[in-house]
Amino acid sequence: MAEAALKTDPVAAILEGREVLATGWSAAARSDALARLQASGLPERRDEYWKFTRPDTLTQAQAPQAAVMADDEAPLFDEMDRLQIVFVDGVFDAEASDDLALEGISIERLATANSDLHWARDVYGVLEKRGQDPVSRPLAALNTATATDGILIHVTGKPSKPVNLIYNHKSDSSDATLHHCIKLDAGAELTVLENGPAAARLNKVMEVEIADGASFNHIRAQGRNHERRAATHLFARLGTESEFKSFTLTMNGVLTRNEAVIELTGDDAKAHIAGACVGDGDFHHDDTVFITHDAVNCESRQVFKKVLRNGAIGVFQGKILVKAGAQKTDGYQISQSLLLDGDSQFLAKPELEIYADDVACSHGSTSGAIDEDALFYLRSRGVPHADATDMLTLSFLAEAVEEIEANDLREEILDRLTGWLGRRRG
Amino acid sequence: MLSIKNLNVKLEDEDKQILKGVDLEVEAGKVHAIMGPNGSGKSTLSYVLSGKGGYEVTEGTAELEGVDLLDMEPEDRAAAGLFLAFQYPVEIPGVGNMTFLRTAVNAQRKARGEEEMSAAEFLKVVRAKAKELKIDADMLKRPVNMGFSGGEKKRNEILQMAMLEPKMCILDETDSGLDVDAMKLVAEGVNALRSEGRGFLVITHYQRLLDHIKPDVVHIMANGRIIKTGGPELALEVENNGYADILAEVA
Ligand SMILES: Nc1ncnc2c1ncn2[C@@H]1O[C@H](COP(=O)(O)OP(=O)(O)OP(=O)(O)O)[C@@H](O)[C@H]1O
Ligand SMILES: [Mg+2]
Repeated sequence: MAEAALKTDPVAAILEGREVLATGWSAAARSDALARLQASGLPERRDEYWKFTRPDTLTQAQAPQAAVMADDEAPLFDEMDRLQIVFVDGVFDAEASDDLALEGISIERLATANSDLHWARDVYGVLEKRGQDPVSRPLAALNTATATDGILIHVTGKPSKPVNLIYNHKSDSSDATLHHCIKLDAGAELTVLENGPAAARLNKVMEVEIADGASFNHIRAQGRNHERRAATHLFARLGTESEFKSFTLTMNGVLTRNEAVIELTGDDAKAHIAGACVGDGDFHHDDTVFITHDAVNCESRQVFKKVLRNGAIGVFQGKILVKAGAQKTDGYQISQSLLLDGDSQFLAKPELEIYADDVACSHGSTSGAIDEDALFYLRSRGVPHADATDMLTLSFLAEAVEEIEANDLREEILDRLTGWLGRRRG
Repeated sequence: MLSIKNLNVKLEDEDKQILKGVDLEVEAGKVHAIMGPNGSGKSTLSYVLSGKGGYEVTEGTAELEGVDLLDMEPEDRAAAGLFLAFQYPVEIPGVGNMTFLRTAVNAQRKARGEEEMSAAEFLKVVRAKAKELKIDADMLKRPVNMGFSGGEKKRNEILQMAMLEPKMCILDETDSGLDVDAMKLVAEGVNALRSEGRGFLVITHYQRLLDHIKPDVVHIMANGRIIKTGGPELALEVENNGYADILAEVA
């Protein structure tokens, strides 16, 4: 009896073969998360929050296979001076990584960080838990409960170079659960770069605690691997006069759900999040963003652009919640898609919920084809049809890419997008 | 240079005939002007010649130096030497004016099997030509036509023409929206390009532009046809008396 019940319960099924560590500094957070997961259950198609994205391949016990794609492109950020931390199929690779030492920060591997007095106790599962209200995020709770690896970064100063988390996907059936915690002390600064497909299926959580006056900059590229699946959560909490900037590039991948949950809890804080995604064929990309303004005079900005072709699907669910008392809030949200053919689809649900009276919030969402007048104008000047289409496509994406402040990084991302378009000529 | 014979054009999606047998011959080295009431089909003619979609040629031919234009893609017509200065230049967010111009110049050169212009050379040439047209550096940097005033857009069209050095230039109401000084600049830009090997078709409503760009031949277009052809004096007649007399004459 008991066994039959276990088999039909999806939560029990996905927990099978996963361990919820009962010892160490994270044990309490893990068992707490497990209880949250058991209370909420896993996401289902009928859940309002998953209306546009089927969760089944993310929640089934076995990760669906994903062929490793031969990639002849040099990895992103290759030329940069950065501290490299490598994960292969979700497992830290010490050999391939640099020494985990850099002035101004301390870095530890989640799997081996076992001091009882660990700072990460105040971050691990803490921001994730806060992010479960008002909408539950069961995959994040599952992650907190069962994460097997990840990185813990405590930033006390202003390190001289970025930390680059590099993911390699080597096995067709890898199922990775990674959990990163980053804590920036008052006035500290850090840039985190992420790139590469992490596994056949990835469940990743990144929690970022940003103290007063600190600044966090995040640029990630989700690896151009056609069959991979990923559910990621980015939780951030911002203190007074702090800054959070995040940009994500997604090229291909059969299924990606990127959730970002950002809380502005100190006055005069700023959170900017942007994404550019290009999808061709069997591609489903979902950006789900929830920004809470809970302090005075904060600014939030969301800029998401998607280029879709051959039946690719793009989803945007973005919410700005302005709590009572969060006066002088400046909230901006734009989500746009460019559909390169009639088979592709963009599904958007922008939301504003405002309980303060002195705020300026705006949102917009559009979906459309290439502008025929612009296309003809370019062609009438001699620019061939395919080049003109690419120019207009890149210019559409540029608005999101321009959210990246650093010139060299912006150029690198644009190069990747140009390359992606170039490979689809014909 | 440009030879149009019995051109009949209807809208692709609608049963609406717009051009009803246009005959027109522009010789190399000559400037022809087309005038005519609103809605007579002047812009349609310029669009059909440059290959805009949405129109269907039901009869007739259009050739540039003996080559059939109507079968070519718009970009190939451009590379073959056809240029249209738009009545309503298009704004293109996100594409820099300079990038656009250089891409266009080099795409045409490549299509013709010519050597591409280097970045440095291009910059030098474009700066000089922009200066003549009083287009400042900021306008060159901005996205194509974005935030340009009406007159700035028209000057930008002439800059493109100067950079592309086409054989056959069609100017669709390039004078509309220009102040008196800008009109002179534009006319100078056009006159600087006048040469033995180049033809012009200037669509306008006003004699004033033709004071600066002296036409060799003036055509009157009405209801999808060229109804009268004459010398520069025809433009003066229109300026003074409107179209009533001419329309009555041919009716
Ligand atoms: N795409 C279109 N759809 C519907 N009607 C069109 C279209 N293009 C042209 N027309 C019609 O064809 C006729 C000719 O238009 P066109 O723009 O060529 O006139 P025009 O001579 O350039 O006029 P103007 O002097 O006002 O610029 C007009 O009646 C116009 O409404
Ligand atoms: Mg017109």
